[in-house]
Amino acid sequence: MTVNVCVCQSGDAVDTDFSGFSVPLEHSFEVDDVPRFRLRGALQLRGGRENGVYLSQNQLSEKDRSTLKDVAAVDGLYRIRVPRVSLQADRQTERQSEGYLTTFVRACSLVESHLSDVITLHTDVSGYIIGISIVTIPGSCRGVEVEDEVDLEVFNTTISVVAPVTAPVPETAPYIERMEQEMEKKGKNPQEQKSFFAKYWMYIVPLVLFLMMSGAQDQSGGGAGGGAANGGGR
Amino acid sequence: MAWLVVRLAISVSLLYTASAVFEDQVGKFDWRQQFIGKVRFALFDTHSQASKKLLVATDKNVFASLNSRTGDLFWRHVDKIGPEGHIDALLMYGQDAVVVTGNGRLLRSWETTVGGLKWETVLDTGSFQAAALVGVQDFVKYVAVLKKSAISLHDLSSGSQIWVENLPDSDTVQYQTIYSGGNGLVFVFGVVPNSHIVIVEYKIEDGEIMRKKSVEAAWMSSLESSCTVISSGILLCVDQITQSLYTLQLQSAEQTEIRQIHLQTLDLEVASGFQPVLTSTQPNPAQPPLSEFFLQLSPDHHILLQLKDGLIAPLRDFNPSYLAAFATSGERTVAAVMSPKNDTACSINLFSADTGRRHLDTTIIYHMDPNGGKPNRLYVHAFLKKDDSVGYRVMVQTEDLTLTFLQQPGRVVWVREEALADVVTMEMVDLPFTGTQAELEGEFGKKAAIQDGLLPMVLKRLSSQFILLQAWLAHLWKLFYDARKPRSSVKNEVTIDTLSRDEFNLQKMMVMVTASGKLFGIDSKSGTILWKQYLENIQPDSVFKLIVQRTTAHFPHPPQCTLLIKNKDTGLGNLYVFNPIFGKKSQISVPALPRPVLQTLLLPVIDQDYAKVLLLIDDQYKVTAFPSTKNVLQQLQDTASSIFFYLVDSSQGKLSGFRLRKDLSTELIWEVVIPTEVQKIVAIKGKRANEHVHSQGRVMGDRSVLYKYLNPNLLAVITESTDTHQERSFVGIFLIDGVTGRIVHEAVQRKARGPVHFVHSENWMVYVYWNSKFRRNEFSVLELFEGAELYNSTVFSSLDRPHPPQVLQQSYIFPAPISTLEATLTEKGITSRHLLVGLPSGNILSLPKMFLDPRRPEVVSEQSREENLIPYAPEMPIREEWFINYNQTVSRIRGIHTAPSGLESTCLVVAYGLDIYQTRVFPSKQFDVLKDDYDYVLISSVLFGLFFATMISKRLAEVKLLNRAWR
Repeated sequence: MTVNVCVCQSGDAVDTDFSGFSVPLEHSFEVDDVPRFRLRGALQLRGGRENGVYLSQNQLSEKDRSTLKDVAAVDGLYRIRVPRVSLQADRQTERQSEGYLTTFVRACSLVESHLSDVITLHTDVSGYIIGISIVTIPGSCRGVEVEDEVDLEVFNTTISVVAPVTAPVPETAPYIERMEQEMEKKGKNPQEQKSFFAKYWMYIVPLVLFLMMSGAQDQSGGGAGGGAANGGGR
Repeated sequence: MAWLVVRLAISVSLLYTASAVFEDQVGKFDWRQQFIGKVRFALFDTHSQASKKLLVATDKNVFASLNSRTGDLFWRHVDKIGPEGHIDALLMYGQDAVVVTGNGRLLRSWETTVGGLKWETVLDTGSFQAAALVGVQDFVKYVAVLKKSAISLHDLSSGSQIWVENLPDSDTVQYQTIYSGGNGLVFVFGVVPNSHIVIVEYKIEDGEIMRKKSVEAAWMSSLESSCTVISSGILLCVDQITQSLYTLQLQSAEQTEIRQIHLQTLDLEVASGFQPVLTSTQPNPAQPPLSEFFLQLSPDHHILLQLKDGLIAPLRDFNPSYLAAFATSGERTVAAVMSPKNDTACSINLFSADTGRRHLDTTIIYHMDPNGGKPNRLYVHAFLKKDDSVGYRVMVQTEDLTLTFLQQPGRVVWVREEALADVVTMEMVDLPFTGTQAELEGEFGKKAAIQDGLLPMVLKRLSSQFILLQAWLAHLWKLFYDARKPRSSVKNEVTIDTLSRDEFNLQKMMVMVTASGKLFGIDSKSGTILWKQYLENIQPDSVFKLIVQRTTAHFPHPPQCTLLIKNKDTGLGNLYVFNPIFGKKSQISVPALPRPVLQTLLLPVIDQDYAKVLLLIDDQYKVTAFPSTKNVLQQLQDTASSIFFYLVDSSQGKLSGFRLRKDLSTELIWEVVIPTEVQKIVAIKGKRANEHVHSQGRVMGDRSVLYKYLNPNLLAVITESTDTHQERSFVGIFLIDGVTGRIVHEAVQRKARGPVHFVHSENWMVYVYWNSKFRRNEFSVLELFEGAELYNSTVFSSLDRPHPPQVLQQSYIFPAPISTLEATLTEKGITSRHLLVGLPSGNILSLPKMFLDPRRPEVVSEQSREENLIPYAPEMPIREEWFINYNQTVSRIRGIHTAPSGLESTCLVVAYGLDIYQTRVFPSKQFDVLKDDYDYVLISSVLFGLFFATMISKRLAEVKLLNRAWR
C-alpha cells in the first residue's frame, strides 16, 4: 500500500516545484439538500509510483459558515466530489474522463469536529481514481454548540491516496524452509527422534491390553459434547 | 429420535468424537432426490414383455434408465454441461441404445440393463443432422450418422466405421434427414430452400452413390419439420402456405415431379399460423414404415390418414385432440390419442393404426393438475396381453416438466417432478404451530385481551392450560403406543394437514423456485412435495428473487412469501405473493411494476400485519413500497433519512448509493466508478440479514480482546480483469460500505482468474479463485478487526465509524476445483462456523473456518497455542470424513442453502443442482443434544440405586446410633 499523507491547512504555501497536476475538489451543503457544488480547494496530484497528494484550500466564508451551521441543524449532508481522473502520467491526455466521484458526510459531524476531516482517494491498479471517502474525527453528532468564528474557519484536513493492496498468495517457500529446519533439528539429536510410542511402549501396551480385556463394548458412548471446545473457539 | 437438551457442555476430555456420520445414521436425517431434467427422447424397452426399462435422454445432457413401474432410476449418466454433452439422438435396438452426443462428436452404444458402455467412436467433425438405424434383410446391423457434409455408416455391434462419404454439393444443399427401409439402400434428403429437394441414394455395402436426383419444390424451406417417409419409400411432405400434401416415390427413376394433393380435396384445412406436423411410424428399422400417419392441423386437431394405392384417405378424425402417438407391440401398431374430456381431465384412447378403429376398454383418464401445466408430450408403451389384445401404458410430459406415468383405467403409477432438476433459488420457512401452541400464542398476542377484564383472562388462561395438558397427555399416550410397535411401521406420512413445528424447529418448509416457473413446497424432513404451483407465461431465463416477508411467527397472520420475477432482457418484473406453507396465492393486491426493477430492498420496517416492507426501485430511481398501506408510508416517512440503498451497473462499472426522501423519491449520495477498461464487476454480495454474531471480539493469547469489525452494511465486490493473459490477469476485491460508499478495503489478487466463489459473513470474507500462474485453486480469507478498542460498543453506524478497520489476509492452496461455496448458519451464532464447499465430484466438504484464519501463525508461539490457532500450512486438507454427504453425491451442484434450526448446534443444509440433497450439520458437534444411544436405563438405575442406598444406609446408621446410645 502506498500512502502519502500531507496534513495541509489553508494558507500553507504549496510546493512550487511539485510536478503533478491539479484537479478541483468541490463541496456542496445546502439547506434544501439539492447539491450545488462549488470549489473547496485544489488537489495537487502526482503520478508515478509514489502517489502523492496535496490539498490547498480556502477558508470558509462567513456566509458558508452560517449555511453549514444551518445544514447541520436540519441534519443535512455535506457532499464533496472530484472528477474521475487517472494518476498515471501517460494517461494525462485522457484523464479528464466524464463524471465525478461523490461522497458525503453528515454536516453536523463536520461542524462538531471543527472541520477536522479525513479525505481518502482510492485508486485502482492502473491509477484511476475510483472512489473518494470522507470521515470526520470524531464522527458523531451529539448536538454540541460550536463557536463559528473560531472553529469553522479553516479545514483541518488529512488527505491521502490509497492504492489497492496486493493480496497474499499461499506461502509455500517459508513453510518448506521451516519443515526442513525441523527435520534438521530432529536429525541432530537422535534422542528426540524416537517417537512417543517408541519411548513408552512398555507402559502403553499393558494399558491397551487391559482396556481391551475390560471391555470396549461401548465405544461410541459419549460423543455428545465434543463441541464445547470448538464452540468456544470463536 | 429422542432429543434432550443439556444445558452444560460436557467436558471434552472424556469423549470419543466422530465428525462423519455413523453407518446407522445414514438416511436418518438426510435425503437425496435425483432428477434428470426435461425429457427430449424417451423409448420404452419393447425387447421383452416383462421389461420395465424406460430410456430417456434429457436437455440436461442426462441419459438414464427409469423403472417404469416405480419411476425410480435404474442408472443415470450425466454428461458434460453445455453443447459438448448435448444429446443429439437416441436410438434403441434390442439391448443396445445408441446415443449421439456433442453435436455429432461421439457415437456411443450403451448396454441398457446395467448402463454399461459397450463402445464409443469419435466421429469426424461437422455439425450433426440426423441418425438412423439401418437394417439389411430384417436385421439391424448398422447405424448411419448424417453430418452437414458427410454421411458415415457404423457397425452396430462394434462401432467401427464401415464407410464415410462426402455429400455432393454440401455447400449449397442442406442435408437434413436420413431414411433406410431395409432394402440395402440409405437415402439422404437435402434441400435448397425455396428451390428443390435433393435425394441421394447410397449403397449400404460400400457407400457408393447409386442415384442422385433433384426434385423441384419451390415451397419448401425445411425438410426436417415438414417431411417424413411412409409406406414403402414414399416421401411425404406438408406445406401450410399451399395447403397441400406432397408425395414422391423414392425409388422410381421415372418420377421426377413431386405430386401435389390439395388438402381441400380431403376436406381438411390447416389452422392459420400453425406449422402442420406429420407423424409416421417405422416399427422396425429394417422394414419400411407403415402407410398410416398422423397429420396435426392445429394445436388440438389431429387426423389419422392412410396412403393406399397412391391415394391418401382419412381413417379417423380426432377433433379435438391434444396429442397423438404411435406404439408398436409385436406385429401390431396402435395409435394413442389424448382428447379433452372436461376442464380438468383428458381421456386417452387406443386405436388400431391400420383401420383407425377404437380398441374397446382402453380409456385412460388423465386428470390435469390444476396447479400444473398443459400436457405437451405423450409416450406410449404398448404390450400384448395374455388374450392377445393390446394393452398400454402412457407417460405424459407437461409444460411444467412433470412426468406422469399412467395405466388403465387412469391409475397414476408414478409422478416425477423434473422441474426440480433446475432449482434457481430457495428459502426455508418455519412450519406453523399446532392448534394448541397457537392457542397459547393467541392468548398473549391478541390486543383485545386487555379489554376482556381480569376474570375472563384467568378463565382463558385456565382453559388454554387445560388444552395444553390434554395435548401433552395425548402425546404421551401416542409415544407409549408407538413405542410398542416395531420402528419401521411407525413412519407416519407427512401431509399438509399434519404439518406442525417440531420441538426444535428442525423440520421446515423448503420453498423452491425452479427455472421453468414452477414453485414447490417440500417438507425438509422427508423430502415429500407438499404443494406445487406452476406459474404460466414465465419467460425462459427469467431472474427470480424470493423474499420472505412474514414468517410463521405472527399468528394468526399467515406467513407470506413474495417472488419477484424479472425478465432478463427488459428488466420488467412482476410480483407473485403466496403462502409458503400451503402454496396458495395470496389475495393481497400487488403493485403494478410498469418500469424495469433495478433493486429490491427488504426493510426491517413492518406494517400493522407484521409483514416486512419491500422496496422496489425502478430505473428512474422511484421507489415502490409493498405493502403500501398508510401505516407503512407513515413509517417510511419517519425513517426515510436512514434508509439507504445501492445500485450496481456492471456494464459501466458504476456503484452508486441513494438515500430515500420523505416523498419516496431518492437522491444520489455517493458514487464509485471502477473503470471497465481494466476490470469488470462480476459479483457483489452483502451479508445475510438473518445472521447473528455471538461474540464481539476474539480473545487473544495475552488475554486482550481483538474486536471484530462488524459492519452490517458492508458489501463485497469482486472484479475480474479484462486482460486475460495469465501474467497480467487479476481478481479485485473491494469492501465497500453500502451506506457511505466508503471503500473500506481494496485488494488485488494478482495472476488470478475467475470464476470466483465467495462467502461474506460476520467480519470475514472467503473467496476462491484460480491461480493462473501455478494453475491451481486457491482460497483466501480476509478478516476485519477494529483493534483492541471498540469505537462505539453500543451501536454500529456507518456514518460514525471514522477509523478504517485492520485487515488481515491469508491464502491457501485448495487441492480441488470448486462448484459452490456457502457458510453454515445457526440460531445464535455461538456454534463455530464451517464452510460448505460443493465440489464438482458431487461431494460437499464441510471445512472448519478454523483452517481459514488469517491469524494462523507461521511459527508456533506460546500465545498462539493458548489461542488454539493451527500453525500455518499452505495447503488446505481435504479429509474424506468431512464430506457431509458420504456417498450421496449431488450431481452438478449449483447452490447450497443453509438455514438455522431451533437447536444452536444444528444447521440445516440443502444442496441443489441436478439432484437435491438435504441434511443437518453440527459444526461444533451436538453439544446441546444427547446421543441417540444415550443409556437412559443405566443412568436412571444408577440414580435410583444411589437413592435407595442412601436411604438404607441412613436407616442403618440410625439403628447403629441408637444401639450405641443404649450401650
